[in-house]
Amino acid sequence: MTEAIAPETLLLLAVATPFLGALAIPLFRNRPNPREAVTLITAAALFLIVLTLLGAMAGGARPSLTLLSLGAGWSIGFALEPLGGIFALVASSLWIVNSIYSIGYMRAHHEPRQTGFYACFAIALGSTMGVALARDLFTLFLFYEILTLSTYPLVTHKRDSEAMRAGRLYLGLLLGTSMLLFLPAIVATFAFAGSIEFTPGGVLAGRAGPVAIGLLLALYVFGIGKAAMMPMHFWLPAAMVAPTPVSALLHAVAVVKAGVFSIVKIVVYIFGIDLLAESGASEWLIYAASVSLILASLIALTRDNLKARLAYSTVGQLAYLVLGAALATPTGIIGSGLQLATHAAGKITLFFCAGAIYVAHHKTEVSQLAGIGRRMPVTMVAFLIGSLSIIGLPPFGGVWSKWALATAALDAGSLFAAVVLMVSSMLSVGYLLPVVARAFFLPADERGDPHDPGRISEAPISCLVALSSTALLCIALFFGAGELERMLESLFGPSAGAP
Amino acid sequence: MSAAWLHLPILQVVLPLFGAIAAAFLKRSASAFALALVVSWLMPVIAGALLWQVLTGGPVSYHLGGWEPPWGIEYRVDLLNAFVLLLISAIGAVIMPAARRSIDLEIEADRQPRFYCMFLLCLTGLLGIAITGDAFNAFVFLEISSLSTYVLIALGPDRRALLAAYRYLIVGTIGATFYVIGVGLLYLVTGTLNMADLAVRIGPAWEAQSRAIIAALGFITVGVGLKLALFPLHAWLPNAYTYAPSWVTVFLSASATKVAIYLLVRFYFSVFGSAVDLDLLPVATFIVALSVAAMFLASISAVFEPNLKRMLAYSSVAQIGYITLGIGLQNQAGVTGGLVHIVNHGMMKAALFLAAGAVLLRVRTVRIAELAGIGRKMPWTMAAFSVAGLGLIGTPGTTGFVSKWYLVLGAIERGWWPLAFLIVASSVIALVYVGRFLEIAWMREPAEGLAEAADPPGSVLLPLLILAAATIYFGLDTALTAGIAGQAAQSLLGGMR
Repeated sequence: MTEAIAPETLLLLAVATPFLGALAIPLFRNRPNPREAVTLITAAALFLIVLTLLGAMAGGARPSLTLLSLGAGWSIGFALEPLGGIFALVASSLWIVNSIYSIGYMRAHHEPRQTGFYACFAIALGSTMGVALARDLFTLFLFYEILTLSTYPLVTHKRDSEAMRAGRLYLGLLLGTSMLLFLPAIVATFAFAGSIEFTPGGVLAGRAGPVAIGLLLALYVFGIGKAAMMPMHFWLPAAMVAPTPVSALLHAVAVVKAGVFSIVKIVVYIFGIDLLAESGASEWLIYAASVSLILASLIALTRDNLKARLAYSTVGQLAYLVLGAALATPTGIIGSGLQLATHAAGKITLFFCAGAIYVAHHKTEVSQLAGIGRRMPVTMVAFLIGSLSIIGLPPFGGVWSKWALATAALDAGSLFAAVVLMVSSMLSVGYLLPVVARAFFLPADERGDPHDPGRISEAPISCLVALSSTALLCIALFFGAGELERMLESLFGPSAGAP
Repeated sequence: MSAAWLHLPILQVVLPLFGAIAAAFLKRSASAFALALVVSWLMPVIAGALLWQVLTGGPVSYHLGGWEPPWGIEYRVDLLNAFVLLLISAIGAVIMPAARRSIDLEIEADRQPRFYCMFLLCLTGLLGIAITGDAFNAFVFLEISSLSTYVLIALGPDRRALLAAYRYLIVGTIGATFYVIGVGLLYLVTGTLNMADLAVRIGPAWEAQSRAIIAALGFITVGVGLKLALFPLHAWLPNAYTYAPSWVTVFLSASATKVAIYLLVRFYFSVFGSAVDLDLLPVATFIVALSVAAMFLASISAVFEPNLKRMLAYSSVAQIGYITLGIGLQNQAGVTGGLVHIVNHGMMKAALFLAAGAVLLRVRTVRIAELAGIGRKMPWTMAAFSVAGLGLIGTPGTTGFVSKWYLVLGAIERGWWPLAFLIVASSVIALVYVGRFLEIAWMREPAEGLAEAADPPGSVLLPLLILAAATIYFGLDTALTAGIAGQAAQSLLGGMR
């Protein structure tokens, strides 16, 4: 039946569905069950739409559509290409899992303002789709800003002074960088190239000198504050005051991924990797990303708060994507695309586990987790799987992205980047595995819960279902990464694939 | 009908003038309101018809009393002033229904007919400035609008309104005097007062009389600069906007300064620009520097301002800086940005002041600290405020973004990179002052004094929602606003030497 719908219509539906869901959610504000059903149905519908779209893309279709033509050379339009397709797939599939998790988490916690929570969540997902499928920089920028605004109420969900402070930092840094650096970069691109449409091979070739290109790249990289490149990363740890489902989906998947995705997309479709490779304008970015990578990992080692540790780990892991883009080779871009998917699956698992520990035992610090593995075996095994995937060991999905990025580094002749990748993997072993080791091998704290010593007590079942399925996804990605890789290879034509 | 069609330019001015006279004789405020409503709703119809005439048949020239220019007074409508006429009359028409409730609160019933009289006079003056092609006639209308504005401000409920009106009176009189001295100098040099004729005659006179012409430009710039609140000549504006009746502030913020900007643009590009090579004079750099100062200093004042209305007033000074900046850039994108921001800022600021007026109507205070949680109590009002506030910040999808896009593009095309960053940096300050209020309005628990607060009646709420919707609509569909502004900019710049 879906074959009857034109891919162009599906493209529009993919962006519109979550927004329609957001409109429907407040209608059921006093009836939680139908309200959550709306979220789940919307998420499932979105996933099917994206899946159908990707099916069409595998068949060679590249749907593109103009929603509004705005004069002055801009328009609101959507187009499907492999990078955006993968991002849309990752975000939409994890939204379903995350919604299941949210229902358990939010109810177990008796959180207030749940209607607003689910509505803002749907808007955020809609804007993520808009970012993923944007056909030009204006559309991308529009949805990028809506994403920031719609996640602000989620970050400040608690409304206490700490949350409000974090909210101010969140808005200030994300909107501030986008207005101060990202917008001038877009206008400058328009001034140089006369076009801001994403075009295979880029639009800037021959339009500006190498220095200008390098500076423009810097404006983009630091202007897209969502990518959390140091020193624009402060908002991410601060945003961890949000309820865990928000941290999980938005700050491991949608928001931060929207940032790095935008950078990779701009590198591929606005600059063009050939231009960057020839001019060497992205070489500085290899070093900047490496600094971000190593520093964030070192900071993660020092954090006792589990969510803060995961947040810094995210900063580091996102820098992988930027590094892949900075290498300006097809393999690097493919590695970035794979990292986008595998890191999402791994990191969301880890956040789910952190939230489950909080719901079941109200523990937030790593030092409190001694012996918790015996009480929450499912959760901690999932945590182990997520960690190993992030570190990049087989048989988990993460190995492929790390492999592709390391190959790309050597291909590009950057021994430095290759060494950085190795060191960072080691560091991630250092900040993730001790959590698991402490949970399983250290004896439980004697002063622990006096009512229920030593027995298994896991988080609500919906949380367990969610975190087990994302853990399984990490394993599935090990076997299914080839499909994603083929999709990404079509970016560069049949000849230029990965080895 | 065909007679009316030919006489549209004079009808645009005479209708509100006669309306004002009639309103002065009315005893009941309801009938005065009805009269003002009818007149203000006719205005955009006429302005729209004029714009249509210009778009289809080129500039319209209307000779008062049949006297040929340059001897008689000529009303001359081209794209630029058709655009300004439409803006002012449309905003007047949209906000007019809200006047009744707002005025009832702030002005005694027996004075209300005189209020409507003054409003219609002010409208006459503003439309007159925009439509006339005669430099001295513009002065007459400038005085009509100014004198009625002083009265309108002085009608404010707070006694400080008197002082604010008095200050504006002094400053406004100085401004008008400067303007008329400038026009007098031009008359001495050229022997004409018709703007088109001036443009022709200044060029040949330049060799012999360059000093007098430069002095005239200086006097006119300062004189009009006082009226448009060009930094640092803006000192009258914050208090005048704060203490005037709320509805008057809404109208003035969208119209009075905008018309003065139009007059500056007219003199700058159409009169001087087409006669003299403006690069010989340092006015552009001067205007750009003052504009940037306005954008920053006034925005910073707004950040620390505890009174909502005055915060918006400071923001107006800053936003006027954007407009004059675009004019100072003197290239296609920059002037388009400046001109389109005249309209965009008019819409946004009218919405913001109208929302502030609605708050005043319901809770009798506009002190930001006392408005905690007002969003919960007046959701539609605050939603409209938020949308217009996002417009001030320049979020994509709002009109503010369109203006900012052109201004930044204009700066980059000139190669003035630091200026491009200054523009976006000042909009980050707008983020701070708008965000500060929105956080208090939406994220706090409602304050005790707000227990009774609710959205205002439909006559206030509907105009507010229309303006907020326009902020988004014209942020996406720029064909009308930026399209016409672009054409106007092209013809202004095309006429320059």
